Amino acid sequence: MKELKPPWAVERELLVKAEGETDPRYGYKPEERPLSEYIRLGAINLDKPPGPTSHEVTTWVKRIVGVDKAGHGGTLGAP
Amino acid sequence: MLPVALKDAAKALMAVLNAGKEYVAVMKLHSDVPASRIREVMSEFVGPIYQRPPVRASVKRRLRIRTIYELEVLEVEGRYVLFRVACEAGTYVRKLCVDIGNALGCGAHMQELRRTRVGSFSEDDAVTLHEFSEAMFLWRELGDEKAVRRVIRPVEHMLSFLPRIVIRDSAVDAICHGAQLAAPGVLKLHSGIEPGDMVLITTLKGEAVALAEALVSSREMMAMRKGLVARTLRVLMKPGTYPRMWSSREVVKEP
Repeated sequence: MKELKPPWAVERELLVKAEGETDPRYGYKPEERPLSEYIRLGAINLDKPPGPTSHEVTTWVKRIVGVDKAGHGGTLGAP
Repeated sequence: MLPVALKDAAKALMAVLNAGKEYVAVMKLHSDVPASRIREVMSEFVGPIYQRPPVRASVKRRLRIRTIYELEVLEVEGRYVLFRVACEAGTYVRKLCVDIGNALGCGAHMQELRRTRVGSFSEDDAVTLHEFSEAMFLWRELGDEKAVRRVIRPVEHMLSFLPRIVIRDSAVDAICHGAQLAAPGVLKLHSGIEPGDMVLITTLKGEAVALAEALVSSREMMAMRKGLVARTLRVLMKPGTYPRMWSSREVVKEP
């Protein structure tokens, strides 16, 4: 039986089909985004304590960071 | 642990909902079973398994196959079994415990569950609420930007478990408008992509452009001179980030 690897453990090679260059005038490397852009496209790996709900925690995060919109990656109840 | 995506990063959550997960759980057996027998039976649950969602689930209750990638018994103490499981999205660990109990003949139920990984985000590098609010304080009160960048990650990190297709600058803006990706726009791609797989389309700078569904395999993408390689599912990059460049070669198919 073929060994099944979880998606994060699959070993992949990056194949080069063609060469190309990217224009430094547009966009940013993710880590180099200016702060407002960094936050606009930011994600938090949050160690949520068992008390509050995911919704409550997300609301709290929105308030602390100062953004009007955020989503979370599913409650424990859902798979 | 819980991934929280801010503002436009929330568009990427569909990938996370579909992603493999890992849990650590405690299962309680309903009678005494030797540890060696427990381990033996549990090892049979690695691979594809049948599951019907429980009554309380909000999905259609049809019998479906889910894949258990890894199942590791961490500790057995009397009737309590501590184990780690890495599984496909949509796998009910509670039901898995019941099924293991049935296979053992004694019955079992899930006592406790903790999610330790969602896609690329693992509890090993998760930030506590305390650490998070401290970092925000340092930023707000002392202007320490580095603190923010420590606790908030670029959305691309949340998506690093997905295979990638890297595209030319000239193809980016059309994808941002929902166009499908054609072969000439592709510069690099991960091996092992199969048709139907979710992929992340990125720029050469590593920025997420869109979530897409591969239409052909990696091998075919490498060989194709023209034709569609991926169907855009969710645009992540703001249109206009890269200029719409009219190149002499067809790099995308207009939406």
